[in-house]
Amino acid sequence: MKNLPLAARAYVGAVVTAACVVLVLALRHPFNIGWVIVLTLMYAGLESRMPMVSGSNVYLGMGFPVGLASYIIVGPWGAAFVGAGAVLVLTHYTVVKRVFNGAQFALCAFAAGQAYVAFGGSVGHLAASDFPRVLLPVLVADLVHCAVNALLLMGVVSLAEKVSPKQVLVGSLLKSVPGYLGYGIFGLLMAVLWVGVDIGVLAGLLVLMPLAVARWAFSQYAAEQQAYESTIHTLVQAVETKDHYTRGHSERVSRASVMVARFIGMREDRLNALRYAGILHDVGKLGVPTKLLQKTDKLSEEEFAAIKLHPVRGLEMLSDIEFLDEAFKGILHHHERLDGRGYPMGLAGMQIPEFARVIAVADAFDSMTSTRSYRHARSVEDAITELQRCKGSQFDPRMVDALIASLVKEPWVASGVDDEAERADLPESVSVNSVDHDDPTFSVAFRDDTQ
Amino acid sequence: MTTLTRRLDEGRGTLLLVGAAFVLVVVSVVMALQHPLHQAGIALSFGAFIAVGEAVRLTLTGDREAAPLGAAGALAYALIGRFGSEPTTHTVYDVVAVTAAASLVGAVPHIMAGRSPRLDVLARRILSVGVAAALFRPFYDSGVGVLGQLEMDHKNGWLASVMVAIAVVAGVFDAVIAALVRADRDRAPFLSSLHSEFRALIGLGSAIAATGVLIALAAQVMRLWAIPVFVIPLMLTQFSFRRYAGIRNTYAQTIRSLSRVTEVGGYTETGHSRRVSELALGVGRELGLSDQDLVDLEYAALMHDLGQLSLAEPIPGGATVMAMPDEQRRIAEMGAEVIRQTGVLDRVAVIVGRQAEPYRRPHETVDETIPLASRIIKAANAYDDMVGDSRESARRLEALERLRLSMAYDYDPRVVTSLAHVVERSNRLGL
Repeated sequence: MKNLPLAARAYVGAVVTAACVVLVLALRHPFNIGWVIVLTLMYAGLESRMPMVSGSNVYLGMGFPVGLASYIIVGPWGAAFVGAGAVLVLTHYTVVKRVFNGAQFALCAFAAGQAYVAFGGSVGHLAASDFPRVLLPVLVADLVHCAVNALLLMGVVSLAEKVSPKQVLVGSLLKSVPGYLGYGIFGLLMAVLWVGVDIGVLAGLLVLMPLAVARWAFSQYAAEQQAYESTIHTLVQAVETKDHYTRGHSERVSRASVMVARFIGMREDRLNALRYAGILHDVGKLGVPTKLLQKTDKLSEEEFAAIKLHPVRGLEMLSDIEFLDEAFKGILHHHERLDGRGYPMGLAGMQIPEFARVIAVADAFDSMTSTRSYRHARSVEDAITELQRCKGSQFDPRMVDALIASLVKEPWVASGVDDEAERADLPESVSVNSVDHDDPTFSVAFRDDTQ
Repeated sequence: MTTLTRRLDEGRGTLLLVGAAFVLVVVSVVMALQHPLHQAGIALSFGAFIAVGEAVRLTLTGDREAAPLGAAGALAYALIGRFGSEPTTHTVYDVVAVTAAASLVGAVPHIMAGRSPRLDVLARRILSVGVAAALFRPFYDSGVGVLGQLEMDHKNGWLASVMVAIAVVAGVFDAVIAALVRADRDRAPFLSSLHSEFRALIGLGSAIAATGVLIALAAQVMRLWAIPVFVIPLMLTQFSFRRYAGIRNTYAQTIRSLSRVTEVGGYTETGHSRRVSELALGVGRELGLSDQDLVDLEYAALMHDLGQLSLAEPIPGGATVMAMPDEQRRIAEMGAEVIRQTGVLDRVAVIVGRQAEPYRRPHETVDETIPLASRIIKAANAYDDMVGDSRESARRLEALERLRLSMAYDYDPRVVTSLAHVVERSNRLGL
């Protein structure tokens, strides 16, 4: 509380006072106290034991439907108490936050309940004749709950964090409306069985069962997704052990690619695919004989041709992974050049898929800022200069600019910072790779050689 | 792998199951046609629901097919009592006939898209719905039976409890049938199959059962509105399961792809890790490994040669069976180390790490600490190193004979026996 600005403190105080007034007034209205207690415990218990799980824009909370069922089952005054039950939810929140939460949910539930009644919803009773008429008051009530919730939150967030209120409001409304509609349906279902078919608490259990199973499957999914990520990272690192100096390269390329893509406003699902494309872009190197990758002398034409095959090899290996789809293009074409002198296909300009144009820049940038066996890492500034130089001929200027712009916002941690120490560790026998296929300076040299 | 399983699919057990369901359906249709179907609207609505549910079926982990919406719809139709204020009058036969007809209609889009319906899954659903209907409809008896009386007396809490119990019985029946089919198909022990089926079906099964009961109860108040409204929670469940199955699938595809690094890098022969994993899975199923163990086994088999990546020079032909025992163990350990670094595949790492050890040493008893999966991979790897993708029967028999000769120490006799079965079976099927 102490670190809150004065205005925010006053605001929290006002919300809590308003909630207390509602609760006191509620005592003068009749409602089913037994059910209010059961609903409150159910709500607080579920929110404590089964908190919201989220991932890729899906949020699954378990207590919410109970809250949204409460005004149909016990009416607006009873619902205010159920909403206030948010105080009891065991979270890591501070006391102030918990009290504010309880107060604001009490107000939301109360307002929603009043809207429900005002639009003709009946409390504690539902019959066949109420359908489908009851859907309207339920819908209105849920939207009111959502709107009041957004407004109250907007107040506290904009006062405490000095963000524009409009931004907070639009953001939270956009995020929560679909969720509210979904939970509203669960709430209605629970109420139908609770008071309509009259099976009481059993209704809660039956309705929440599919939701609990969905939540369980979803958390399994989230865990598996994470396991998948770390597996892919590790296996790619294993691939990189072939060449000491490229350790972590794939991961950094992936990171830089995502920075670029965010900057140019790529859609979230494509961004994800690009992330994988970045990680996997060099797996095809496994198909290139180690002695070529580590060769000291200048490469012959055939040897260079073998190296040029690595994007194709990568694609061959990964082609069975269905979800990668667009990522394949990024992997296959990450060594194409805007002027058409790249490989493996020699595509030019915008014929090169967007993913590949992003990865090409990220790849070159990381390779320049990493230590290689034959040279120290270059500074980020040097690398930027080099990218600027090759803009238009080798790289898509849009991607180069995006990378440079996002580097300003998010400083780059290059790999070669402690290269002196690393270098000391190295056995003398490590062969010197004089030709780095990712480095644009060498790329130019290739071109001069082969012409 | 899929082709192998599909081919082996047509076991006698499956035929028996499909036959039983077929007889039930024929009898039901004949009986249902004896009397005119009252409340045709209800039958049609539930039929449509089941058909749509069948059309949007999904494949769960472990190659299990499920149609949660269809199953819930069929269960609800079996358990429905009062519809608004009038009691429903349909019989067990009507339930089976409607479910069967609707499922067939729902299968049409799949057939048109070239995906043949899994008859065993369909048969199972029809039989379990039959069980649920047989436990409910005669006792409801158009509202005049025992259960109809409960409803009349507004004892809906009791009615709901009975419905839940019936749904549970039907669910258990379904799992038992599924386990019988699986045990027969994979030549696996029944109890371990049953265990696997329960684990795989309990989550989605509970959601299906709850939804079926909910729709049946809510129809008292909401009539047909109950269907679209109560389907939403189940759709959410189905969505989550689809996501989960999706990532599991992606995971497997990625491991299969990345395990080819040893081949692309010239360390092992083309197709080696895939063949070893198929063999290993066949053996693992026959020896009754659980679903999770099978996944671990598959991943370990695919990545068993990963350690070779750290070798300076590839072993000739990549055949670890030709390498010195110490060298084999070192490769296994290095592979395990890489896998352990993922932080999430510890069991797989252990399996890979111990794949080169003999299951028994001279003057000692069997080393029980070596995972069964490691012994399976040891034998499957040795077999494939000797045979490769050759189809000559002489080479096959020779390899099996050499494995048998080393059963005293190197290869677990149980594993070798089962490996011989698997090899023999896939050879008979011309794979």
